[in-house]
Amino acid sequence: MAEQGKRDFLEGLRDGLPIGLGYLAVAFSLGIAARQAGLTAVQGFIASLLSIASAGEYAGFTLIAAQASLAEIALGTLVTNARYLLMSTALSQRFSKDTSLAKRIGVGLGVTDELFGLAIARSLVRPVYQYGAMLSSIPLWCIGTSAGIIAGQLLPSRMVTALSVSLFGMFLAVIMPAARNDRVVRICVIASFAASYAASHFIPLTMAWSSGTRIIALTVFISAIAALVHPVDTEGDDVA
Amino acid sequence: MSTRIWLSIIVMGAVTVAIRLLPLTLIRKPLKNRFLLSFLHYVPYVTLAVMTFPAIVESCETPLAGLAALAVGAYAAWQGANMVSVAAICSITAFILGFI
Repeated sequence: MAEQGKRDFLEGLRDGLPIGLGYLAVAFSLGIAARQAGLTAVQGFIASLLSIASAGEYAGFTLIAAQASLAEIALGTLVTNARYLLMSTALSQRFSKDTSLAKRIGVGLGVTDELFGLAIARSLVRPVYQYGAMLSSIPLWCIGTSAGIIAGQLLPSRMVTALSVSLFGMFLAVIMPAARNDRVVRICVIASFAASYAASHFIPLTMAWSSGTRIIALTVFISAIAALVHPVDTEGDDVA
Repeated sequence: MSTRIWLSIIVMGAVTVAIRLLPLTLIRKPLKNRFLLSFLHYVPYVTLAVMTFPAIVESCETPLAGLAALAVGAYAAWQGANMVSVAAICSITAFILGFI
Protein backbone atom coordinates (compact mmCIF):
# COMPACT_ATOMS: atom_id res chain seq x y z
CA MET A 1 0.00 0.00 0.00
CA ALA A 2 2.84 2.36 0.90
CA GLU A 3 4.50 1.44 -2.40
CA GLN A 4 1.32 2.29 -4.26
CA GLY A 5 1.07 5.59 -2.39
CA LYS A 6 4.60 6.52 -3.35
CA ARG A 7 3.94 5.70 -7.00
CA ASP A 8 0.74 7.74 -6.97
CA PHE A 9 2.53 10.67 -5.38
CA LEU A 10 5.37 10.67 -7.92
CA GLU A 11 2.92 10.33 -10.78
CA GLY A 12 1.00 13.29 -9.41
CA LEU A 13 4.16 15.37 -9.11
CA ARG A 14 4.95 14.60 -12.75
CA ASP A 15 1.45 15.39 -14.06
CA GLY A 16 1.22 18.56 -12.00
CA LEU A 17 4.42 20.10 -13.30
CA PRO A 18 3.15 21.19 -16.75
CA ILE A 19 0.17 22.73 -14.98
CA GLY A 20 2.56 24.47 -12.61
CA LEU A 21 4.58 25.96 -15.47
CA GLY A 22 1.39 27.39 -16.96
CA TYR A 23 0.49 28.72 -13.52
CA LEU A 24 3.83 30.47 -13.27
CA ALA A 25 3.02 32.54 -16.36
CA VAL A 26 -0.57 33.35 -15.43
CA ALA A 27 0.33 34.17 -11.85
CA PHE A 28 3.10 36.48 -13.03
CA SER A 29 0.53 38.53 -14.97
CA LEU A 30 -1.77 38.41 -11.99
CA GLY A 31 1.07 39.73 -9.84
CA ILE A 32 1.30 42.81 -12.06
CA ALA A 33 -2.38 43.47 -11.28
CA ALA A 34 -1.82 42.71 -7.59
CA ARG A 35 0.92 45.31 -7.36
CA GLN A 36 -1.38 47.90 -8.93
CA ALA A 37 -3.80 47.14 -6.07
CA GLY A 38 -1.01 47.81 -3.58
CA LEU A 39 -0.08 44.27 -2.53
CA THR A 40 3.47 43.42 -1.45
CA ALA A 41 5.22 40.27 -2.71
CA VAL A 42 4.45 38.51 0.59
CA GLN A 43 0.78 39.52 0.45
CA GLY A 44 0.55 38.32 -3.15
CA PHE A 45 2.09 34.98 -2.19
CA ILE A 46 -0.38 34.45 0.65
CA ALA A 47 -3.36 35.65 -1.41
CA SER A 48 -2.48 33.15 -4.14
CA LEU A 49 -1.87 30.34 -1.65
CA LEU A 50 -5.28 30.87 -0.03
CA SER A 51 -7.27 31.45 -3.21
CA ILE A 52 -5.51 29.65 -6.12
CA ALA A 53 -7.91 31.27 -8.60
CA SER A 54 -7.03 33.59 -11.47
CA ALA A 55 -10.38 35.24 -12.20
CA GLY A 56 -11.35 35.29 -8.52
CA GLU A 57 -8.08 36.85 -7.45
CA TYR A 58 -8.16 39.39 -10.26
CA ALA A 59 -11.67 40.45 -9.26
CA GLY A 60 -10.51 40.65 -5.64
CA PHE A 61 -7.50 42.80 -6.52
CA THR A 62 -9.68 45.10 -8.62
CA LEU A 63 -11.97 45.54 -5.62
CA ILE A 64 -9.05 46.10 -3.23
CA ALA A 65 -7.69 48.77 -5.60
CA ALA A 66 -11.10 50.47 -5.50
CA GLN A 67 -11.13 50.47 -1.67
CA ALA A 68 -14.20 48.21 -1.69
CA SER A 69 -15.75 46.98 1.55
CA LEU A 70 -15.00 43.47 2.84
CA ALA A 71 -18.61 42.46 2.16
CA GLU A 72 -18.19 43.47 -1.46
CA ILE A 73 -14.92 41.56 -1.70
CA ALA A 74 -16.65 38.48 -0.27
CA LEU A 75 -19.47 38.81 -2.81
CA GLY A 76 -17.08 39.33 -5.73
CA THR A 77 -15.07 36.26 -4.70
CA LEU A 78 -18.23 34.21 -4.33
CA VAL A 79 -19.46 35.07 -7.81
CA THR A 80 -16.19 34.68 -9.68
CA ASN A 81 -15.29 31.42 -7.92
CA ALA A 82 -18.78 29.91 -7.78
CA ARG A 83 -17.88 27.37 -10.43
CA TYR A 84 -15.67 25.55 -7.91
CA LEU A 85 -18.91 24.60 -6.18
CA LEU A 86 -19.79 22.54 -9.25
CA MET A 87 -16.35 20.98 -9.47
CA SER A 88 -16.25 20.02 -5.81
CA THR A 89 -19.74 18.57 -6.10
CA ALA A 90 -18.69 16.47 -9.07
CA LEU A 91 -15.57 15.44 -7.19
CA SER A 92 -17.51 14.42 -4.08
CA GLN A 93 -19.20 11.69 -6.14
CA ARG A 94 -15.84 10.27 -7.16
CA PHE A 95 -14.28 9.35 -3.83
CA SER A 96 -14.27 5.71 -2.76
CA LYS A 97 -16.62 5.19 0.18
CA ASP A 98 -13.84 4.73 2.74
CA THR A 99 -12.05 8.01 1.96
CA SER A 100 -11.47 9.93 5.18
CA LEU A 101 -12.81 13.45 5.70
CA ALA A 102 -9.23 14.70 5.99
CA LYS A 103 -8.42 13.41 2.51
CA ARG A 104 -11.60 14.85 1.03
CA ILE A 105 -10.64 18.22 2.49
CA GLY A 106 -7.03 17.84 1.34
CA VAL A 107 -8.10 17.23 -2.25
CA GLY A 108 -10.87 19.83 -2.07
CA LEU A 109 -8.44 22.60 -1.13
CA GLY A 110 -6.73 22.08 -4.47
CA VAL A 111 -9.79 22.34 -6.72
CA THR A 112 -8.81 24.56 -9.64
CA ASP A 113 -9.90 24.21 -13.27
CA GLU A 114 -6.72 22.33 -14.14
CA LEU A 115 -6.28 20.18 -11.02
CA PHE A 116 -9.96 19.25 -11.15
CA GLY A 117 -9.31 18.10 -14.70
CA LEU A 118 -6.58 15.77 -13.46
CA ALA A 119 -8.70 14.50 -10.58
CA ILE A 120 -11.61 13.40 -12.74
CA ALA A 121 -9.46 11.81 -15.44
CA ARG A 122 -9.93 8.55 -13.50
CA SER A 123 -13.21 7.13 -12.25
CA LEU A 124 -12.03 7.28 -8.63
CA VAL A 125 -10.11 10.17 -7.09
CA ARG A 126 -6.67 9.15 -5.81
CA PRO A 127 -5.90 11.58 -2.96
CA VAL A 128 -2.16 10.93 -2.80
CA TYR A 129 -1.83 11.41 -6.56
CA GLN A 130 -3.73 14.66 -6.20
CA TYR A 131 -1.40 15.82 -3.39
CA GLY A 132 1.57 15.26 -5.70
CA ALA A 133 -0.04 17.31 -8.47
CA MET A 134 -0.90 20.09 -6.01
CA LEU A 135 2.66 20.15 -4.69
CA SER A 136 4.24 20.62 -8.12
CA SER A 137 1.78 23.28 -9.28
CA ILE A 138 0.39 25.42 -6.43
CA PRO A 139 3.78 26.68 -5.15
CA LEU A 140 4.55 27.89 -8.68
CA TRP A 141 1.24 29.78 -8.67
CA CYS A 142 2.32 31.56 -5.47
CA ILE A 143 5.88 32.21 -6.60
CA GLY A 144 4.62 33.54 -9.94
CA THR A 145 2.38 36.04 -8.19
CA SER A 146 5.23 37.33 -6.04
CA ALA A 147 7.53 37.49 -9.06
CA GLY A 148 4.95 39.56 -10.94
CA ILE A 149 4.69 41.98 -8.05
CA ILE A 150 8.45 42.35 -7.79
CA ALA A 151 8.84 42.74 -11.57
CA GLY A 152 6.15 45.39 -11.48
CA GLN A 153 8.24 47.32 -8.98
CA LEU A 154 11.51 46.97 -10.86
CA LEU A 155 10.64 47.23 -14.56
CA PRO A 156 10.10 50.52 -16.40
CA SER A 157 6.47 51.62 -16.41
CA ARG A 158 6.04 51.11 -20.16
CA MET A 159 6.97 47.46 -19.80
CA VAL A 160 4.69 47.04 -16.80
CA THR A 161 1.83 48.50 -18.84
CA ALA A 162 2.49 46.05 -21.65
CA LEU A 163 2.76 43.15 -19.21
CA SER A 164 -0.52 44.11 -17.55
CA VAL A 165 -2.16 43.39 -20.91
CA SER A 166 -0.91 39.79 -20.85
CA LEU A 167 -3.49 38.73 -18.25
CA PHE A 168 -6.29 39.91 -20.53
CA GLY A 169 -4.66 37.86 -23.29
CA MET A 170 -4.91 34.79 -21.07
CA PHE A 171 -8.57 35.55 -20.40
CA LEU A 172 -9.11 35.77 -24.17
CA ALA A 173 -7.40 32.40 -24.57
CA VAL A 174 -10.05 30.89 -22.28
CA ILE A 175 -13.15 32.54 -23.71
CA MET A 176 -12.49 32.66 -27.46
CA PRO A 177 -12.21 28.91 -28.16
CA ALA A 178 -15.40 28.35 -26.14
CA ALA A 179 -17.10 31.19 -28.04
CA ARG A 180 -16.06 29.60 -31.30
CA ASN A 181 -17.48 26.20 -30.36
CA ASP A 182 -20.69 27.27 -28.64
CA ARG A 183 -23.11 29.79 -30.09
CA VAL A 184 -24.62 30.70 -26.72
CA VAL A 185 -21.21 31.36 -25.19
CA ARG A 186 -20.40 33.47 -28.24
CA ILE A 187 -23.49 35.59 -27.69
CA CYS A 188 -22.65 35.82 -23.97
CA VAL A 189 -19.15 37.08 -24.73
CA ILE A 190 -20.35 39.72 -27.19
CA ALA A 191 -23.12 40.81 -24.81
CA SER A 192 -20.59 40.96 -21.95
CA PHE A 193 -18.21 43.16 -23.93
CA ALA A 194 -21.04 45.50 -24.96
CA ALA A 195 -22.64 45.64 -21.51
CA SER A 196 -19.30 46.16 -19.80
CA TYR A 197 -18.51 49.06 -22.11
CA ALA A 198 -21.96 50.61 -21.73
CA ALA A 199 -21.86 50.19 -17.94
CA SER A 200 -18.56 52.03 -17.70
CA HIS A 201 -19.24 54.75 -20.30
CA PHE A 202 -22.96 55.42 -20.81
CA ILE A 203 -25.10 54.35 -17.88
CA PRO A 204 -24.87 56.97 -15.11
CA LEU A 205 -25.91 54.55 -12.33
CA THR A 206 -23.23 51.95 -13.08
CA MET A 207 -20.62 54.55 -14.05
CA ALA A 208 -20.67 55.68 -10.44
CA TRP A 209 -19.70 52.17 -9.30
CA SER A 210 -16.14 50.88 -9.10
CA SER A 211 -15.03 48.50 -11.85
CA GLY A 212 -15.08 45.66 -9.30
CA THR A 213 -18.73 46.30 -8.50
CA ARG A 214 -19.58 46.40 -12.19
CA ILE A 215 -17.84 43.04 -12.69
CA ILE A 216 -19.99 41.44 -9.98
CA ALA A 217 -23.27 42.97 -11.12
CA LEU A 218 -22.76 42.28 -14.83
CA THR A 219 -21.59 38.72 -14.24
CA VAL A 220 -24.67 37.88 -12.19
CA PHE A 221 -27.03 39.71 -14.53
CA ILE A 222 -25.77 38.33 -17.85
CA SER A 223 -25.20 34.77 -16.59
CA ALA A 224 -28.69 34.70 -15.09
CA ILE A 225 -30.26 35.84 -18.36
CA ALA A 226 -28.27 33.25 -20.31
CA ALA A 227 -29.32 30.54 -17.84
CA LEU A 228 -32.98 31.53 -18.18
CA VAL A 229 -32.98 31.85 -21.96
CA HIS A 230 -30.76 28.88 -22.68
CA PRO A 231 -30.50 26.39 -19.79
CA VAL A 232 -27.84 23.69 -20.16
CA ASP A 233 -28.63 19.97 -19.97
CA THR A 234 -29.15 19.05 -16.35
CA GLU A 235 -26.74 16.15 -16.34
CA GLY A 236 -24.09 18.61 -15.20
CA ASP A 237 -21.14 16.54 -16.49
CA ASP A 238 -19.86 19.33 -18.69
CA VAL A 239 -18.64 21.51 -15.85
CA ALA A 240 -15.00 21.35 -16.83
CA MET B 1 -3.72 50.34 4.41
CA SER B 2 -1.80 47.15 4.98
CA THR B 3 -4.32 45.88 7.53
CA ARG B 4 -7.13 46.45 5.08
CA ILE B 5 -5.26 44.50 2.39
CA TRP B 6 -4.55 41.63 4.77
CA LEU B 7 -8.21 41.49 5.80
CA SER B 8 -9.25 41.52 2.14
CA ILE B 9 -6.85 38.67 1.36
CA ILE B 10 -8.22 36.63 4.25
CA VAL B 11 -11.83 37.23 3.17
CA MET B 12 -11.01 36.22 -0.42
CA GLY B 13 -9.30 33.05 0.81
CA ALA B 14 -12.01 32.14 3.32
CA VAL B 15 -14.82 32.48 0.79
CA THR B 16 -12.90 30.51 -1.85
CA VAL B 17 -12.00 27.71 0.56
CA ALA B 18 -15.62 27.54 1.76
CA ILE B 19 -16.85 27.20 -1.84
CA ARG B 20 -14.39 24.37 -2.46
CA LEU B 21 -15.04 22.48 0.75
CA LEU B 22 -18.80 22.79 1.32
CA PRO B 23 -19.73 20.18 -1.31
CA LEU B 24 -17.13 17.79 0.12
CA THR B 25 -18.12 18.15 3.76
CA LEU B 26 -21.56 19.47 4.71
CA ILE B 27 -23.52 19.29 1.46
CA ARG B 28 -22.80 16.01 -0.30
CA LYS B 29 -25.77 15.83 -2.63
CA PRO B 30 -25.32 16.60 -6.33
CA LEU B 31 -26.68 19.91 -7.55
CA LYS B 32 -29.96 19.36 -9.37
CA ASN B 33 -31.34 22.86 -9.86
CA ARG B 34 -31.27 23.49 -13.59
CA PHE B 35 -31.10 27.26 -13.30
CA LEU B 36 -28.18 27.13 -10.87
CA LEU B 37 -26.29 24.62 -13.02
CA SER B 38 -26.82 26.75 -16.12
CA PHE B 39 -25.87 29.92 -14.26
CA LEU B 40 -22.61 28.35 -13.05
CA HIS B 41 -21.90 27.12 -16.57
CA TYR B 42 -22.00 30.64 -18.02
CA VAL B 43 -20.34 32.55 -15.18
CA PRO B 44 -16.68 31.88 -16.10
CA TYR B 45 -17.04 33.11 -19.68
CA VAL B 46 -19.16 36.10 -18.76
CA THR B 47 -16.95 37.23 -15.90
CA LEU B 48 -13.75 36.92 -17.94
CA ALA B 49 -15.32 38.81 -20.84
CA VAL B 50 -16.59 41.56 -18.55
CA MET B 51 -13.16 41.86 -16.94
CA THR B 52 -11.35 41.97 -20.28
CA PHE B 53 -13.25 44.73 -22.06
CA PRO B 54 -12.97 47.67 -21.90
CA ALA B 55 -10.24 47.22 -19.24
CA ILE B 56 -7.72 45.94 -21.82
CA VAL B 57 -8.14 49.15 -23.85
CA GLU B 58 -7.84 51.39 -20.84
CA SER B 59 -4.82 49.62 -19.38
CA CYS B 60 -2.66 50.59 -22.38
CA GLU B 61 -0.70 53.76 -23.13
CA THR B 62 -3.20 54.73 -25.84
CA PRO B 63 -6.66 53.45 -26.86
CA LEU B 64 -5.18 52.44 -30.23
CA ALA B 65 -2.62 50.18 -28.56
CA GLY B 66 -5.34 48.65 -26.39
CA LEU B 67 -7.75 48.02 -29.25
CA ALA B 68 -4.97 46.49 -31.33
CA ALA B 69 -3.94 44.19 -28.45
CA LEU B 70 -7.57 43.12 -28.06
CA ALA B 71 -8.05 42.48 -31.78
CA VAL B 72 -4.79 40.57 -32.24
CA GLY B 73 -5.25 38.57 -29.03
CA ALA B 74 -8.88 37.72 -29.79
CA TYR B 75 -7.95 36.56 -33.28
CA ALA B 76 -5.04 34.42 -32.07
CA ALA B 77 -7.19 32.85 -29.33
CA TRP B 78 -10.01 32.23 -31.82
CA GLN B 79 -7.51 30.40 -34.02
CA GLY B 80 -6.56 28.21 -31.07
CA ALA B 81 -3.22 29.70 -29.99
CA ASN B 82 -2.28 28.59 -26.48
CA MET B 83 -2.60 30.78 -23.43
CA VAL B 84 1.00 31.93 -23.09
CA SER B 85 1.25 32.73 -26.82
CA VAL B 86 -1.90 34.85 -26.73
CA ALA B 87 -0.61 36.68 -23.66
CA ALA B 88 2.74 37.35 -25.31
CA ILE B 89 1.13 38.55 -28.55
CA CYS B 90 -1.09 40.97 -26.63
CA SER B 91 1.81 42.34 -24.59
CA ILE B 92 4.11 42.81 -27.57
CA THR B 93 1.37 44.52 -29.58
CA ALA B 94 0.55 46.85 -26.70
CA PHE B 95 4.23 47.60 -26.09
CA ILE B 96 5.08 48.46 -29.71
CA LEU B 97 1.93 50.47 -30.43
CA GLY B 98 2.33 52.25 -27.11
CA PHE B 99 5.07 54.33 -28.72
CA ILE B 100 2.79 55.71 -31.45
